[in-house]
Order: sequence, then C-alpha cells, then structure tokens
Amino acid sequence: MSRPPAARTHTRRRPGLWFALLTAALALVCIASLMFGAGSTGPITSLATLLHAPAGDGGWASSGEARFVIESLRGPRTIVGVLVGAALGVAGALLQAVTRNPLAEPGLLGVSAGSVLAVALALAFGESAATLRVPVAQLGALAGCMAVLAAARLRGVGNDPVRLVLAGAVLSGVLDALTYMILLVDERTADEIRFWIVGSLAGRRLTDVTALLPGLAIAAAIVVAIARPLAALALGERVATGLGHRPRLVRFMVVIAVALLVGSATAIAGLIAFVGLVAPFAARALAGPDVRRTLWLCLPAGALMVVTADIVSRLVVRPSELPIGVLTALIGAPVLVAVVRLRRLPSL
Amino acid sequence: MNDPAFDSSALASSPLGAQGLTLAYGKRAVIRNLDLALPARRVTAIVGPNGCGKSTLLAGLARLHTPETGHVTLDGRDIREFGGRELARALALLPQSVSAPEGLTAAELIRFGRQPHQGWLRHWSAEDARVVSAALAAADLEALADRPLDAMSGGQRQRAWIAMTVAQQTPLLLLDEPTTALDLGHAIEVFELIRELAAAGKTVVMVLHDLVNACRYADHLIAMRAGEIIAAGAPSEVVTTDLVRELYGIDCTLLADPGTGSPVLTNLRRTREPAPACAVSR
Repeated sequence: MSRPPAARTHTRRRPGLWFALLTAALALVCIASLMFGAGSTGPITSLATLLHAPAGDGGWASSGEARFVIESLRGPRTIVGVLVGAALGVAGALLQAVTRNPLAEPGLLGVSAGSVLAVALALAFGESAATLRVPVAQLGALAGCMAVLAAARLRGVGNDPVRLVLAGAVLSGVLDALTYMILLVDERTADEIRFWIVGSLAGRRLTDVTALLPGLAIAAAIVVAIARPLAALALGERVATGLGHRPRLVRFMVVIAVALLVGSATAIAGLIAFVGLVAPFAARALAGPDVRRTLWLCLPAGALMVVTADIVSRLVVRPSELPIGVLTALIGAPVLVAVVRLRRLPSL
Repeated sequence: MNDPAFDSSALASSPLGAQGLTLAYGKRAVIRNLDLALPARRVTAIVGPNGCGKSTLLAGLARLHTPETGHVTLDGRDIREFGGRELARALALLPQSVSAPEGLTAAELIRFGRQPHQGWLRHWSAEDARVVSAALAAADLEALADRPLDAMSGGQRQRAWIAMTVAQQTPLLLLDEPTTALDLGHAIEVFELIRELAAAGKTVVMVLHDLVNACRYADHLIAMRAGEIIAAGAPSEVVTTDLVRELYGIDCTLLADPGTGSPVLTNLRRTREPAPACAVSR
C-alpha cells in the first residue's frame, strides 16, 4: 500500500479521443455491414452500389438487386444493430452503477428473460406480435429489473457481485423455463417468436425501428437527468445523500431507463446477452470509473460489438446465419471470467 | 486549543443543535429526548463506548436519520425544511469507512464536492476548478491530484475524502470516525488537517471512539453513554477519572499533556466493580 507501482501513480484519461476512435471504428463496421452478407451480393458489387457506380460485368441489372439488398435488408439491420447495441451497452452501465456490481448485466440477470416471457405471455393470450411487442417487452424488463434489485438487497447478495450473478442466473433459468413451457403448449406463439427469441437482427424493417424511438428517447432523457447523481452513488449512498442527492429517486429512474432500453432492444432483436457486460467493461478500462464518461463510451462500444457480431453471424455458416446471441456470448464469456478474476472486484 | 473562555460565546452562536431529539431503529430508541448545541468554529468530538448512539446522533444531525420526535436545527431552521442541495451547501458529511470505485483519482473525487453547487444549467465552471485546487492545497495533495485513491496511503486517501467535503464549501463539517483503520502517523495527519480547517473558520463535529485523541484535538467534548449525554464541555474541564469509569468501565490516572495541557489518560485498568450497562466490546 505504501509503495504503489509506478505505472499507477498518475492517471491520464482521454475519453474524448476514445469516443472519437470508437465512433470511427463503428462507422467502418457499419459500411462493412452493408457490404457483406449471406446472400449472393458480394462485397465488390455492394461497394460499387454504395458509391453509385455500375458494378463491373454485372452492370446495372445486378446493381438493382444489390440496391434492394442494401436498402431493404442490410441497411435496416445495420441501423437496428447500432440502436440495440447502444441501448444494451448503456443499460449495462446503468445497472452496474446502481447495483455497484461490475457483473450486473441485464441479459445475465434476468431482465431480458423477463422481457421475452412477457412477450410470450402476451402472444399466448392472443395479442398480435406486431402491435404490442415493444411496451409488453418493456414491462417484462421492468419486472425483471425489480427482481434483480430485490435480490441485490438480500443479505449477502448485494455485497458479493458473483452471488448476484448466481441469483440472476437462477431467475433467468426460471423465466426461460416458463417461456419454453408457453412455447410447447402454444404452437402459434412458438411459430411467431421462435426466430426472434434466440436473438437475431435478420429481417427487421425500418418500421420496427420507429416503434422503438419513443422509449429510447425517454430513456435518453432520464439518463441525461440522472447522470450526475448516479456518478455520486458510486461513492456510496450516504455520501451521495450528503452531496444533496436522493438515492431512492435515482435508483427508481435508473430502473425505468434500463427497462425501456432492454425492453426496446429485446422487442426488436430477441435475447442478446453479454453486450451490457462487455461494452461498459471496455468503457471503464478506457475512461475510468466515472459513470458519466462510461455511458458516453458505451454508445459506440455496444453498437460496435453488436454490428460486428451480426456481420460474423452472417458469414460463418453461409448461406445460413448464426443467432447473434451465440457470438456475443463467445466474446462475453471470457470478459466475464476476466472481471471475476480482477483483484478488487467488489469495489465498483 | 482548549480554552474554556471561548466555548460559552461559541455556543451562543451555535449553528447546529438539537432539541428533544429521539432517534430510533424500528421500535428501539437509540437516542432519547436529547438536547444539544455545538460551538461555532470549533472542533467538537462526540465520544463514548461502542453502541452508545454517537454515530446515530451524527446521522441525525446530517439528516440521514429521520427523528421520531424533536428536531435538528441549522441556523435556527429545522433541517427538514432545507432542500437537498441547499443542505449540502451548508453541511458536509463524511461517513464512516467510505470506499471509492477502483481507479478514481484524488482530483476526480474532490470534484464531486462541487455537485451541490451545480444544477440543470450550471455545469463545471472556472470557479469550481479554483475551489478544487484550493481543496487539494488545503489537504496537501497537490502532487497527488492524478493518483488513484487505491494507490495512496490510508492517510492520504482520508485527506482526499476530507478535501472533497472542503470543496463543498460548507461552514459545517461532520465526520464519522475519520481515523478508524489508520495507524498513528496517518491519524495525526488527518487530525492536523481537521485543526487547520477549524482554524480557517469551519465548525467541525467528529465522532471518535478514542478519548485520548479527542482530548488532544477537540475544543469541545460530548460524552455519551446509552443514548444520553453525560458530560459536555472543554476536555480539560469535563474529563475526570469518574467520567472515564462511567464511560468505559476503566480506572485511570489523568495527567496534563506537557505541550497543550489537554488531559492524558494513563495507567489504564479495568474497574473491578460490575461494568456499566453499556458494555465495551473486547
């Protein structure tokens, strides 16, 4: 303690620079997302179409098909990927700040599972998937959030990050089991949501995106309003109160924001875990522990992760596609292990 | 330091006090019907055995604990009438055993002290930067401003936390056990900083379990046992062998510190009679 390692005695952060770099990387990945796909429209043709030039020997004919592929298939799914990734990254950072637990990830703790179960229930009771999915998913996420916070307040769970994840895993397991029961009993529901439930960005349309915008806008307004007290909560509830904040109100607002973000993301893309773990983890490593900076970096970091995972999911088993949740789990599981193995885990 | 002539005038202009205060956890009243006035621009130490209610009293004074009956007044107003940020501009609090997220630097921590002065439209300003620099200087941490707290010594870290409360620019500072878990040298660092803050005009109230350091560094002592104040005044006046026995069940010999004249406890031994109701642990 008295002789700290030299490298850690001086801390210099460049959150602005990292935000710019991550955003630039995201822009490149988005262009790649328009160029590569499982279908026959190759990268050269796609790029030529993007640049409004006729493509080699195929000429304008194949260029028309390429334009359709890009504008109606890859374009929307890229936009969906950006929104879903940013929403999940920010939701993870929020949940981690409010539980003071670096492992609090909405997908791992049952928030997303609550969302999925709510949609499955609504479908089983005869609602149409198209109209009600977003608000129902948000309500389900809200219930999941409440369960997580209740678990975090149990004796022993709140102080031990790993135990909270275990409690979350149990909750997720129960909710998933209930969802699969509904799917087994109700074939119509199963048909409607089987492809959605595993997490995928394929086949999403721009009209699906507009349904998300109100929820995302409200969540963004909440985050802007509570960023400062939320940062103070990292110093402990009593210190935050001493600085003039109201921790209960802040926690309540965070729960609403997380439910809106995770509900929106799940409604359009299904179950995608680990983004809310990896993006905030990277953001903290780059920008330090202040949640106000972490949240900014989570926007491009989460989007980058989801869009990249989506591109890879299209390419590895062509002409089929992998569920995107499989890929985020492949990236996320090692990060989870790394976080658990970090020296001073319980001190977020 | 322990000038009794000061105390009566300072008490007359007491900024913080309590009248008929009862604080309870559930149905168990920890503090019953307590009246209290804290001297302005002095260091007050609240001492007593473990479980006597001193931390609860401090929490009540800082509005962390809602009273069952009675009230806490700040500049003549009930503190429940204050807005959140308004109170945080009048009264700063450092709770016991605080912890910061890993990697947070001293300067980053101290900047949090400016939050009560910020608002929807008022963000970080040149004035805030100036106050943070002054707080770093007051705590003698300028050279360590960008060092993470977890790479500091215990004394430096605690000084950084106190500097955060300094950045709040409040006339009142409440500290709960500011030197627990610090070794002697680091504790003295912190006590000397507290003296400097009082000399600069702050009213400081600290909870201490260590009577010896309370005598040495406080102008005003409040001795508590089982939720009641059994003595209050300048250490040289109120600390007697009887008081020590009543508080801790300890017999001792009192000497005067050769430097400051404050009471020093020596030749400590357990009283052979039955221990007082509020037992000391260990």
